[in-house]
Amino acid sequence: MPVLQAIRELFERWFPRSGGSRDEVKRRLQLVLAHDRADLTPEMLEKMRQDIVEVIGRYVEFDAEGMEFSLEMDERVTALIANVPIRRVRRELLES
Amino acid sequence: MGRVIVITSGKGGVGKTTTTANLGMALARMGRTVALIDADFGLRNLDLLLGLENRVVYTALDVLAGDCRLEQALVRDKRQPNLALLPAAQNRNKDAITPEQMRHLAGLLSEKFDYVLIDCPAGIEAGFKNAIAPAQEALLVTTPEIAAVRDADRVIGLLEAHGIRKIGLIVNRIRPQMVQSNHMMSVSDVQEILAIPLAGLVPDDERVIISTNRGEPLVLDTNLSLPGIAFQNIARRLEGEKVPFLDLDAPYNTLMGRLRRFFSR
Repeated sequence: MPVLQAIRELFERWFPRSGGSRDEVKRRLQLVLAHDRADLTPEMLEKMRQDIVEVIGRYVEFDAEGMEFSLEMDERVTALIANVPIRRVRRELLES
Repeated sequence: MGRVIVITSGKGGVGKTTTTANLGMALARMGRTVALIDADFGLRNLDLLLGLENRVVYTALDVLAGDCRLEQALVRDKRQPNLALLPAAQNRNKDAITPEQMRHLAGLLSEKFDYVLIDCPAGIEAGFKNAIAPAQEALLVTTPEIAAVRDADRVIGLLEAHGIRKIGLIVNRIRPQMVQSNHMMSVSDVQEILAIPLAGLVPDDERVIISTNRGEPLVLDTNLSLPGIAFQNIARRLEGEKVPFLDLDAPYNTLMGRLRRFFSR
């Protein structure tokens, strides 16, 4: 519910929690479990990233610096999240 | 046929054996017949937590070798005649028994007992594979710590791959004060991450150590301690009762505490 979410965020801003290690441990766990569950080695992940970059690069020019590529986890499902900021579509490709 | 349940965790030292001893004793006190199998060959401890170490004569290996009958190896608890322990061999290692033999032993016991609880060794190697082989259900014990939760997650995957779909989560050694000060994951944090149904939660308590010192499971106390109630509640849930989870935050139920919990969910 967006309203409740907004109220919660407001509450957090008014009464910030003392910087505990709880959020940090959750974040670290979620990251490590996303990798454990996917059973992807860092090398495979990097190779996959390069392949995807190559394919996307054929169609668009994108900001390689601002690109994000990560495994995330929700419930027991692992998702591969790629965030690719597009600069320009390669027109020449559309016209050919 | 009795229910065969494995108590497992992945990581060592999170409270598997304590949980097995207390659940076994609690179920027996509720009128059920219970057999406990110590599957930790070479590092047996369940006899100690039950205070039965002086009465172990034969072990599971002697039964398998035909050196004694199953009945002779079972150590009956004098305080609670519904409870029996099948001890592990202490002078052998995990390879001394096969998953097939484990299934055989559990099968024999489940004909005579309402519950067969298997105390699984730490790790995910041979001993773990033996312990889960006969189980239809599992109780997964973890603590709110990063290493324990990671190992628990791995074990869930292995249990599911083995066809064990009914897995209940027990979060042990919770320190409510640390959760309140935002330095420990809460039960719901852990449950959210592991995404399996909660079977129970147990607070960290010195009395757990005292009870192991004495070889008397907590559920035997006349005036039950909080962890004793927690274990008893898990046993009642196994029996199908709807028992509300302990509210460990009760001492922190100030207005601000409530607001914070509500808003930080």
